[in-house]
Amino acid sequence: MLDVKNLHAGIDGKEILHGLNLHIGTGEVHAIMGPNGSGKSTLANVLAGRPRYEVTAGSVTYEGKDLLAMTPEDRARAGVFLAMQYPVEIPGVNNTYFLKAALNAVRKHRGEEELDAMEFLELARQKMKLVDLDESFMNRGVNEGFSGGEKKRNEIFQMAVLDPKLAILDETDSGLDIDALRVVAGGVNNLRSEKHSVLVITHYQRLLKYLVPDYVHVLADGRIVKSGRKELAEELEQKGYEWIEQEVASAR
Amino acid sequence: MSAAVQEHDLETVREQAAQRARQLGWPTPEMEAWRYTNVAPIERVEWATGVDRRVPLGGSPFAVASFRGRAFAELVFVNGRLADATGGASGVDIIPIAEAASHPAFERHYARYADYQRHFFTALNTAHAQDGALIAVADGARPEGFVHLLFIGQGDGVWSHPRNLIVAGRNAEINVVETYVGQGNYFTNSVTEIVAGDGAAVDYSRIERESTEAFHVGTVQIHQERSATVAAHTIAIGGALVRSEVKAALAGEGASLTLDGLFLLRDRQHIDNHTVIDHVKPHCDSLELYKGILDGKSRGIFDGLIIVRPDAQKTNSRQVNRNLLLSESAIVDSKPTLEIHNDDVKCNHGSTIGQLDAEAMFYLRARGIGEEEARKLLVYAFASEIVERMKIEPVKEILRAAIAPAGGIR
Repeated sequence: MLDVKNLHAGIDGKEILHGLNLHIGTGEVHAIMGPNGSGKSTLANVLAGRPRYEVTAGSVTYEGKDLLAMTPEDRARAGVFLAMQYPVEIPGVNNTYFLKAALNAVRKHRGEEELDAMEFLELARQKMKLVDLDESFMNRGVNEGFSGGEKKRNEIFQMAVLDPKLAILDETDSGLDIDALRVVAGGVNNLRSEKHSVLVITHYQRLLKYLVPDYVHVLADGRIVKSGRKELAEELEQKGYEWIEQEVASAR
Repeated sequence: MSAAVQEHDLETVREQAAQRARQLGWPTPEMEAWRYTNVAPIERVEWATGVDRRVPLGGSPFAVASFRGRAFAELVFVNGRLADATGGASGVDIIPIAEAASHPAFERHYARYADYQRHFFTALNTAHAQDGALIAVADGARPEGFVHLLFIGQGDGVWSHPRNLIVAGRNAEINVVETYVGQGNYFTNSVTEIVAGDGAAVDYSRIERESTEAFHVGTVQIHQERSATVAAHTIAIGGALVRSEVKAALAGEGASLTLDGLFLLRDRQHIDNHTVIDHVKPHCDSLELYKGILDGKSRGIFDGLIIVRPDAQKTNSRQVNRNLLLSESAIVDSKPTLEIHNDDVKCNHGSTIGQLDAEAMFYLRARGIGEEEARKLLVYAFASEIVERMKIEPVKEILRAAIAPAGGIR
């Protein structure tokens, strides 16, 4: 599904990823863990096509296509979804209108019929229950006045509605209490299938208790320095990132 | 008393105003209040008065601007002359102003607030006014719904000077909407005086959608008595060269004013917004929000002055101007000004000029919404704040459609 090869990328002329390699197969859930400043968010933003991030070398292939050549909207329509670390508030853009426009853009791309207002609301109601969001949220501006936890749940809600093939969660767990964490994990677990892939980017291991990954990678200084199965996350939690950093340093 | 009677005499007022207009002369960019706006293109034209034609609105291209059936009363003027009048409500006199000279509200208030001694275009209007509406609301009358005044400019080289007077009696309530539309290279120079008596509430919306070749100078003068509440919404979408002046005097204790404005410009459109809020008496509130959206090579100006007089203690005033530039060639000048003459007040003001929020753009695109659609959505969002603060639902609907991305927004 996704093949990242020797990715060098950064922002404002500063390289942050120094040759990152990652392969995500269809139906797999991968977690990338790493300390602050290791390049986790840079990876998420480069994959989603956020402006200002520059790729200086390497390639990203998504379903056989050059992902980096695609606009952000084309990536989204092709099934890439980024749950953002800091969802932006857009007062004046109604949540319902926004998400319906987004879903219909995706459906149009897939060659499916666009949903009318009634069909959309039915789908939205069903998915809102999943993330425990009140229906009144639909009539507000996008993320307008939402608490931190509500914004994150709104990201997962959008993900559930848009039904992406590859969901990337950029520190969706940060700042969440345990209940919200369960809700977020539940939303992602609900998406899991042999057709959906998930990339969870996180600093802490705690989300991975509820959202058990198939593979865990450790990102340090812009490279993946260690990969393993879910047990690696627990090991990291016990030993801390210093352990990896020392191991990497001694290997050099 | 004879002097007062003389002053109220319409012909005398006209003559005085004509004389004042000649003395004042056309404004030039050397004058501080006109430094960004050169009216020479208006001055150059040999303007003529439009022929009197009472045409029915049906079938005209401006029928869509009519609120007939939705407003409880509608007056339609073509080139400054009455073309159609329908509806009414008890407690409200709605009279073509050309026939209103003997109405007590006219005698008491006409030309008392809009200052033709000092302002050229007001003097010009007062000298040449042909028609417009007198809306006089009796004490305590609160008709539901709204009155619509539709002004249509038609034909090249024609000028008109619409003149309106809205008087809300003690504890009265009235909602008034003015719409300006047209076709061709004409010139509309309108003056509306609004008098809100003790405890009265006036909601006033002004929708300027003139032809893109037209000149438009609009002056609104508001006078508020004790505890009167006025909300004025000034929307400017059309016109080649537009000057919009809204001035308010909070002349009674406890009066409250909301002054909203929205201007949407493209191509080479030019709009110069001037507002003055004069806090004369204590315990008055004013809240001003003007938003501008400028595309193409358009030019916008916001010049807003708030005066707090020595007697106006406990004044609470907030003035904000926000501008969104959609092209690199568009220009906006923002000049919010506070002039405070006592120290027992709460006043603040601010202005911003910016582009579309890059984070919001990315957020929308990252969900699959195309760049152009995302741009339109964000422009809509910026403008909708002003529209949603309005009160009259049919007007809001028309404005939503005017600012919405193709295909609608809801």
